[in-house]
Amino acid sequence: MQTDSEILDDITNREYEFGFVTQIETEYAPKGLNTDTVRFISAKKEEPQWLLDWRLKALTDFENKDKNPDWQNFPMPKIDYQGISYYAAPTNTPKYQSLDEVDPELLRTFEKLGIPLSERKALAGVAVDVVFDSVSVTTTFKHQLEEVGVIFCSISEAVKNHPDLVQKYLGSVVPAGDNLFSSLNSAVFSDGSFVYIPPGVRCPMELSTYFRINAENTGQFERTLIIADEGSYVSYLEGCTAPRRDENQLHAAVVELIAMKDAEIKYSTVQNWYPGDKDGKGGIFNFVTKRGACRGANSKISWTQVETGAAITWKYPSVLLIGDNSIGEFYSVAITKNKQIADTGTKMYHLGANTRSRIISKGISAGEGQNSYRGLVHVGNKAHKARNFTQCDSLLIGDRCGAHTFPYIDSKNPSAIIEHEATTSKIGENQIFYLNARGIDTEKAVALIVNGYAREVLNQLPMEFAIEAQKLLALTLEGSVG
Amino acid sequence: MSTISNHMLEIKNLQASVQGKPILKGINLTINAGEVHAIMGPNGSGKSSLASVLAGKEDYEITGGSVLFEGRDLLELSPEDRAREGVFMAFQYPVEIPGVSNINFLKTALNEIRNYKGLPEIAAKDFMQMTKEMQTLVEFDAKLARRNLNEGFSGGEKKRNEIFQLAMLDPKLAILDETDSGLDIDALRIVAKGVNRLRSKNNAFVMITHYQRLLDYIIPDFVHVLADGRIIRSGEKELALELEERGYDWLLKETAPELIAKTK
Repeated sequence: MQTDSEILDDITNREYEFGFVTQIETEYAPKGLNTDTVRFISAKKEEPQWLLDWRLKALTDFENKDKNPDWQNFPMPKIDYQGISYYAAPTNTPKYQSLDEVDPELLRTFEKLGIPLSERKALAGVAVDVVFDSVSVTTTFKHQLEEVGVIFCSISEAVKNHPDLVQKYLGSVVPAGDNLFSSLNSAVFSDGSFVYIPPGVRCPMELSTYFRINAENTGQFERTLIIADEGSYVSYLEGCTAPRRDENQLHAAVVELIAMKDAEIKYSTVQNWYPGDKDGKGGIFNFVTKRGACRGANSKISWTQVETGAAITWKYPSVLLIGDNSIGEFYSVAITKNKQIADTGTKMYHLGANTRSRIISKGISAGEGQNSYRGLVHVGNKAHKARNFTQCDSLLIGDRCGAHTFPYIDSKNPSAIIEHEATTSKIGENQIFYLNARGIDTEKAVALIVNGYAREVLNQLPMEFAIEAQKLLALTLEGSVG
Repeated sequence: MSTISNHMLEIKNLQASVQGKPILKGINLTINAGEVHAIMGPNGSGKSSLASVLAGKEDYEITGGSVLFEGRDLLELSPEDRAREGVFMAFQYPVEIPGVSNINFLKTALNEIRNYKGLPEIAAKDFMQMTKEMQTLVEFDAKLARRNLNEGFSGGEKKRNEIFQLAMLDPKLAILDETDSGLDIDALRIVAKGVNRLRSKNNAFVMITHYQRLLDYIIPDFVHVLADGRIIRSGEKELALELEERGYDWLLKETAPELIAKTK
């Protein structure tokens, strides 16, 4: 019979399943970060002057901010920004006109990742944009979307085909100078997804972007911009994986969401970057800035994230509740095992009247993983009758991991109601034995318990991905207690 | 080493300890299909430990003896395989598993057992049908069946859920560990009625109880008295009545006088 600690060792030793490398000819920018790098990327993308200027300004911001953030609950690793190549792309045509032109090696890669790119085989009702290292490879179902006026393309294409929209909204929610990583991203971002939903349109399918880091000594700096015009609705999902490597790789993305009057954006993430090995060697540094602005009255932005990968996750998807009666939501499940670190949470800025926010955070720590929830609920002086509800639960598996909670509340309006609930629990041997005694083995028992624990968040995911996420949770903790 | 036997369960000289402290000190017990056995005894006599050892709880170290279930060495099996072979324990303190629906849990359990036996997964329609039937049989509220596993259940509701699970999983051997404790008289009647309906010539029940009360409703074929990790007396249902009347002391005096000071 396995003891608890043997079971834990099992989980801990579980291999990352997407750690393979695709052998494909890759073009790199020379290593290093300077104005030449920025000019190189901008030239590759054939960008207009305004964007190059914007990037150069961001680079200056970055260089002026030589200090790392120091408030997070882990020592910020030293990153050699000059040792990274900021652009890596499969050679040949960077963007394919049709799937027939896509390198078969790439197609195989995505088949292996469970992302079929052929529209015949594609997930029903999901359009996918695929970003491989620094470039978007393909976008499916584009034409069907165009028929209803939805623009879904790579951000590079958007810069070319919809420059007005990009210029108007890029950096309008996350200014380039917001933080060190947003400055870096703004200077060197190479691709990402762009979505525009015209007024009154309910996007007829789920939109999804799949990010894959493949090349060595690179980082991924993608930029996502989603605009939901008045009375529109869109549900968007991102997924990501990376090969197993001994060196850490940097992923510094920026995501900006803009919801106009009566519009709703639902943004879901299933993050499965390479987490490093059991001794903490390698893995992705996932330093991401995600923010949405509820610009119009009655608008709504909802973030759902399932964070299972990355060596370090540093991310706080936030909502600026500007329009009256607007709603912000944050649903999160974060798992850390081995030596993984997650410092994640949200910020809800209540600026308009009757704005509401809801935060449900479920942390799961196993092995020597450290999991921190960090949240801010800010209520401005004009946010009459703002309401927030926060629930923040931690689940511990084994006795070498940690769970930490850093909730901040800052209310300038006495009519606001802010509620905060928090629990910490351990998966009990008694729970596992109870399920064993009904014929359920320990692995399945742990999966049941963890999925039950995360249910409230998983329920927020679009159906196709909820099932994937459940499996991922079970796999991530395979052999552990959940 | 196993001899061919027609007995369902054969416990021979079973000894077990927890953290080096002996708890079971040589239990002998034979159970056949179609029988109901009651195990009684003073607090701390090892009744619940016996149930836990049979179910495979890790905290117990087996230090001697053997347990054969349908001729197989039960002690060699993992807890889940024991359950899959047809051993069921109704817990004294059923645990809560938040967010996991009762129904989903039961379906998982049922399919694990079926898979072990080489049977295909149960069809959703058949499962729902079975759920309905068993709810009625053991008078379990459909609303409770739909809720999360024991989450926020009262003590009595948890015990009744154990009987519902018992009905759904249809084991060969059911061990009821103080299922009567914490039940009011109405709940006790319902639980007993459920058990009586589930009794058949193919299954067997072991009822661990502190009180005679339960045995008014579920009439046992055999009653065993456990004290200090040993069965000190076995008899038929009259033994339970005698214990109810006279307590345990007289029996201890007769069989193990050295224990009287210990168990008081």
